[in-house]
Amino acid sequence: MRSESGTYNQIGLHSQETPLITGNQTFASVTDAISEIIERKTPRLWYLAIAFSSSLMIMFFVLIGYLIWEGIGIWGINVPVGWGWAIVNFVFWVGIGHAGTLISAILFLLRQRWRTSINRFAEAMTLFAVICAMIFPAIHVGRIWVAYWMFPLPNQMDMWPNFRSPLIWDVFAVSTYFTVSLLFWYVGLIPDLATLRDRAKSRLRKILLGIFSLGWRGGNRQWKHYELAYLLLAGLSTPLVLSVHSVVSTDFATSVLPGWHTTIFPPYFVAGAIFSGFAMVMTLSIIARKVFKLEDFITIGHFEKMSKIMLLTGMMVGYAYSIEFFMAWYSGNDYEAFAFLNRAFGPYAWAYWIMITCNVVVPQVFWFRKLRTSIPVLFVSSILINVGMWFERFVIVVSSLSRDFLPSSWGYYTPTIYDVGIFVGSFGLFLTLFLLFVRFLPIIAVSEIKGVLPQADPHYGKEH
Amino acid sequence: MNQKESQAVNRREFIFACKRALPLAGLLFFPLSATDLILAQENEKYNPTEHNYAMGIDTHKCIGCGRCADACKKENNVPLEPIFFRTWVERYIIAGNGEVSVDSPNGGIDGFPEIKGDKEALRTFFVPKLCNHCANPPCVQVCPVGATFISRDGVVLVDEKYCVGCRYCIQACPYGARYLHPEKKVADKCTFCYHRIVKGLLPACVEVCPTQTRIFGEVGVRSSPLSRFVRFNDITVLKPSLNTSPKVYYAGTDGEVR
Repeated sequence: MRSESGTYNQIGLHSQETPLITGNQTFASVTDAISEIIERKTPRLWYLAIAFSSSLMIMFFVLIGYLIWEGIGIWGINVPVGWGWAIVNFVFWVGIGHAGTLISAILFLLRQRWRTSINRFAEAMTLFAVICAMIFPAIHVGRIWVAYWMFPLPNQMDMWPNFRSPLIWDVFAVSTYFTVSLLFWYVGLIPDLATLRDRAKSRLRKILLGIFSLGWRGGNRQWKHYELAYLLLAGLSTPLVLSVHSVVSTDFATSVLPGWHTTIFPPYFVAGAIFSGFAMVMTLSIIARKVFKLEDFITIGHFEKMSKIMLLTGMMVGYAYSIEFFMAWYSGNDYEAFAFLNRAFGPYAWAYWIMITCNVVVPQVFWFRKLRTSIPVLFVSSILINVGMWFERFVIVVSSLSRDFLPSSWGYYTPTIYDVGIFVGSFGLFLTLFLLFVRFLPIIAVSEIKGVLPQADPHYGKEH
Repeated sequence: MNQKESQAVNRREFIFACKRALPLAGLLFFPLSATDLILAQENEKYNPTEHNYAMGIDTHKCIGCGRCADACKKENNVPLEPIFFRTWVERYIIAGNGEVSVDSPNGGIDGFPEIKGDKEALRTFFVPKLCNHCANPPCVQVCPVGATFISRDGVVLVDEKYCVGCRYCIQACPYGARYLHPEKKVADKCTFCYHRIVKGLLPACVEVCPTQTRIFGEVGVRSSPLSRFVRFNDITVLKPSLNTSPKVYYAGTDGEVR
C-alpha cells in the first residue's frame, strides 16, 4: 500500500519519511521547472551578480600578475612563517571541494536518494572550488615560472619529482580528484543536456547541446551503459574523497614541526573537509533555492539531512581538537605541549577561539529540530562554519610556524593587502564560474529527480 | 700599380701577417685553456667520496662576538637584512627561577645588548647555530623537485637552478637553518662554505672564530681535529629525538638549548 505522504525505497518497502520531492510533480513538470531556469531571459540580477563577481575575479588575476612580477615578498610571510595565506586558502578550497563528490559518489553507493536534488550543483561547486585550490600552490612558490617542474615531465635537466615529498602527492591527488570529479559531473549531465537540446529553440544552442550530449537518445541500451558508467565512476571517486584531504594533511603531518607532526591529521582533515564542503553546499543551495524557486526540489528535509552530516563531522573535528591536546599532554613532549598551549593562549589565541566557536559550538544548534529546519539559522550557521574552517587552517599553518623550535627566530605573521586581495579574488573566480553554471546548465539533475518521483516506481499505482 | 693599390694589404700579405701574429693568438687563448687544465687537475685531485664533513661547536668557548655570522654573510652574499642567516649566535639567559629566554639580535653580528629587567640571570651562554647537515635530513625528503640533496661528501646542499621556491624545506627543518633568498627566490642555507672546503680551506665562520669555538673536520678520520674534539668532550646533538642524525656536534650545551 502506498500512502500519499510516503515513498517507496529501493526494495519497495514502505517508508514514513517525508517525500523527497513535493508539489505533486510529474515528469513533465520537473523538466519544465528546471529547464525553464536556463531557457528564460537572463534576469537583471544575474548580470549584476556576475558584474560583481567577475570584477573580483579580474582583481584576482591582476594581483597574481603583480605577484609574479614582484615576487612573494608582497605577502606577509616572513622568516619563521614561510607559508601564509596561500597555503591556508589552498587547504580551505580543497576542503570545500569535498562535499560534491561525497554527495555524488558515497551517497550514491549508499543509496541515499535524497542526494539527487543537490548533487549537480554540489559537484559543480566541487569543481570550481578545486580550480581555486589548484591555483594557490602554483602561485605560492618563489619561482612561479618553474612550478611545472613538480610534474613528471621528460626534460634534459636530469630532473624528476621527488616522490618522497608529500607536495608531489598533492599534485597527483588533487589533479586526479579534479579529473575524476569532472568526468563524473559530465557523465551525469549527458541525459539532461540531451533534454535541453530537444527543447532548444535557437540553432546555436541546438548545435552546442547536440555536441555535448554525445548523441544521447535515451534508448534502453544507452541507459544501461550510462548507469554502469555512473556506478563505476562513483566507485572510482569514493576512495578519492578520502585520499585527497588525507594527502593534503600529510603536507603537514610528515614535517617534524610541533603541532603538525601528528598521526590524527588524515581522518581529522577529511572530516573537516566534509564539514566545510557541506556548509558551502548549504549556503549556496539556500540562495539558489530562493532565487530559482526550487522549494519543491530542495526541501527542508534535504537541509535537515545535510545539517545532521554537519553535526556529525563537526563533532569529529571537535574531537580531533581535544585529542590533539590530550596527545600533547600524554606524549610528554615539551615542544608538542607548548605548541598547543601557544595555540589556545598565545598570540593567535583569537584565531583559535574563533575556530572553536564556529566549528564546535555553532553546529550544536543542529541538535534541535526547530533550529535545523529554520532557513535563517541554517544560512547563518553554514557561513559561520566556513569562517571557522578557514580559521582552522590558519591556526594550523600560522600558529605552528610562528613559534617553532627556535625561540630566537619566533615571529608574528600579519597578512598584507595582497594576501587579502588574492583570497577575496578567489571567491570572485569561484562565484563567476558558479554563476555561469547556473545560467547555462541544469542546476538540478532532471533525469535523476524523475527517478525518485513516486511515478518512477515500477509498482506505482498498483494495488497489491 | 698606382699609389693607392700599393698601400692596400693584399691577400698574400694578410696571410703572412696572420702567420706572424700566431704566437700572440696563442698568448690570448692560453690562459683560458690553462685554467680549464688546472681546474680539471684540481677536480681530479678532489674525490668527494673520500670525505664526510662535520662540525664541532664548543659552547664553553663562544664569546658571542658574532664574527662567524658576519663572515658568513660576507663570504656567501647572504642578504644583509637581520632576518636572513646561514649561521647565527643565540644567547640563552637562564633566570634564577629557571625561566629560559633566548635572543639573537641580528644573529649576534652587532653584539648583544645588556640584559634588562630586574630578574637575576643565573647563567648565560652563547650557542652558535647553523645547518646541521643531517645524515637523515627532513628537508631533503620534502623537496618536491629534488633540488636539495646530500652531496657525496656529506654536505646538504641546494641546487638553486632546480629549486622552485616552495619553502617546504624551510618549514621542515627543525633547526631553522633555511630561508628564502629574497633576490634569487630559492631556498638558501649553510653549505659549510662548499666552495672553500673542496679546495682544502676552512669554512669562513671557522676561519674567523677568535676562540676556536668551531672545529671543522671529518667524521671517522682520526687525524681530523674533529675526532680529537669528539673524543675529549661530552658531545650532544640538537633534538636527537627527531632522528635526523645531525652532523654538528655540540660540547657543553645545557638541556635548555633547542
